[in-house]
Amino acid sequence: MDPALKIVIVDENPIRAAILADGLREAGYVHVTRIEETASLLVRIYSLDPDVILIDLENPSRDVLAQMFQVSRAVKRPIAMFVDQSDAAAIEAAVDAGVSAYIVDGLKKERIKNILDLCILRFNAFARLTGELERAQTALSERKLIDRAKGILMKMKNIGEADAYAMLRKTAMNENRKIAEVAQSLVTAAELLK
Amino acid sequence: MNEANLRVGFIPLIDAAALLVAVDKGFAATEGLTVDLVREVSWSNVRDKLNIGVFDAAHLLAPLAVASSLGVGHVKVALAAPFMLGLNGNAITVSPALYDALSAAADGKLEDPKISAQALARVVTARRRAGEEALTFGMTFPFSTHNYQIRLWMAAGGVDPDQDVRLVVLPPPYMVDSLSRRQVDGFCVGAPWNSIAVEFGVGRILHFGCDIVARAPEKVLAVRAAWADNRHDVLERFLCALGGAAAFVNDPAHVEEVAKLLAAPGRVGVSADIIQRTLKGTLHTAPNGVSRGNSDYILIARDGAARPDPVHAAWLYAQMVRWNQAPLSSELLAAAEACFRPDLYDAALGETEKSQSAPPDGIGAFVGPPFEAHDIAGHLAGLKVPVPMR
Repeated sequence: MDPALKIVIVDENPIRAAILADGLREAGYVHVTRIEETASLLVRIYSLDPDVILIDLENPSRDVLAQMFQVSRAVKRPIAMFVDQSDAAAIEAAVDAGVSAYIVDGLKKERIKNILDLCILRFNAFARLTGELERAQTALSERKLIDRAKGILMKMKNIGEADAYAMLRKTAMNENRKIAEVAQSLVTAAELLK
Repeated sequence: MNEANLRVGFIPLIDAAALLVAVDKGFAATEGLTVDLVREVSWSNVRDKLNIGVFDAAHLLAPLAVASSLGVGHVKVALAAPFMLGLNGNAITVSPALYDALSAAADGKLEDPKISAQALARVVTARRRAGEEALTFGMTFPFSTHNYQIRLWMAAGGVDPDQDVRLVVLPPPYMVDSLSRRQVDGFCVGAPWNSIAVEFGVGRILHFGCDIVARAPEKVLAVRAAWADNRHDVLERFLCALGGAAAFVNDPAHVEEVAKLLAAPGRVGVSADIIQRTLKGTLHTAPNGVSRGNSDYILIARDGAARPDPVHAAWLYAQMVRWNQAPLSSELLAAAEACFRPDLYDAALGETEKSQSAPPDGIGAFVGPPFEAHDIAGHLAGLKVPVPMR
């Protein structure tokens, strides 16, 4: 652990970048900067002169970083983490998580191993969070749909809520569909018949 | 026939056509192959995922396949290129302001790249004398024909691409936007991006790539060399699928269908109109609808273009040497040539007809002596940049 390392995060996703930056600061790294603007990426990177650059794999600007490997530029040359293939598992974990790292040439790999590990953890946590959020949103919209379908049934058939739900459920089971799908058909039909 | 699954990465560009059609029109399925196409956002991703085995094969910049085989600029992984997905397809586009400046400085017709390169040198010199900022140009990757073509053009006029202008990597999706924001004055990029700049009225196409280099090795289908050995049967079937798809793409009766297929959001995702014009080689070059045609603008596996030619690999390596990306050695030259695999192509698809229109040296650069693979030092000496006008 080396708190003096200067770390730059290039990520267009502000939430993920914040999660990552927080994690790094909690771990004791004090020099963490995020670059959002991709237009003058290299200029920003050169002026920050980082030891470690973290960039998400979905960012087209990875190719811009490739330019830093060109010998003609007289700056500290970063190298990609992937250059060292001895740790195939770590590389695959990073690719799976969607993160890539570049380190300044000469920096010992061990010194940034925990940074990359932390990134992978945080990227995975973010992916889980996004997945949960999506599922929660789907569940919420399904719930609303079922409530509307129940309301329609209760009004048209003059029945109680429990019976209305039982009808939806039975139909879904008979037709081998999800309750939300049956509810959707019912709501659509009711709209048409309005 | 054994069923096999392949994961193949691609960048949304028109020269992925043979690959996309091979999958979407069922040529791969006929060969018993289930292909999972993965659309990528950067060449670095495509290369890394191919190198570590996340992809079985990929649509890749031909120079990047060579660089990877040489271990230049990144980790060394021997790649094999058994099929050329495309020759040519690039263009140099400049902002309307730079176009006007070049016109004013040109001593002859601007369509002639020798004339335009000299005009560029005059504009560069005038700007320096006036204390103005150096011109900035975008290209897609350090190891790309875009980089080598724009450098070849600039150098022909006496402009040093590393000293006299700023030449920066710009991901293609950002090119048009950067031109409209005046962050760059011009760029060299593949189809469809030049057309999109013209369509939006922010750029004018100055030269087709084939005006600079008649037959530029643009994109390859790349696999790991070890994979080519281990999965020989699967590769052979995949190459047959690509061959069939390429013939489909080149049948004039299918142009409309191919353009529509490529226009889909998960594929190239731009208007079918632009794709159709690109495939036909007739591009709008200026916002007022002026167009220019050249049937060699993009060569997708026709006129002998699909068979990898080791001379092309040698030429790409020579560009790396010229621009200080790689040292000159006979070992590296041999490794570069070994990356292009006509033997694998022939084994799968049989001997194909030789090109009718290819220049004698296989390259056809607009300046310099004919390319000579086994005298790269002599060839580069013959290209010595004239003394710049400072």
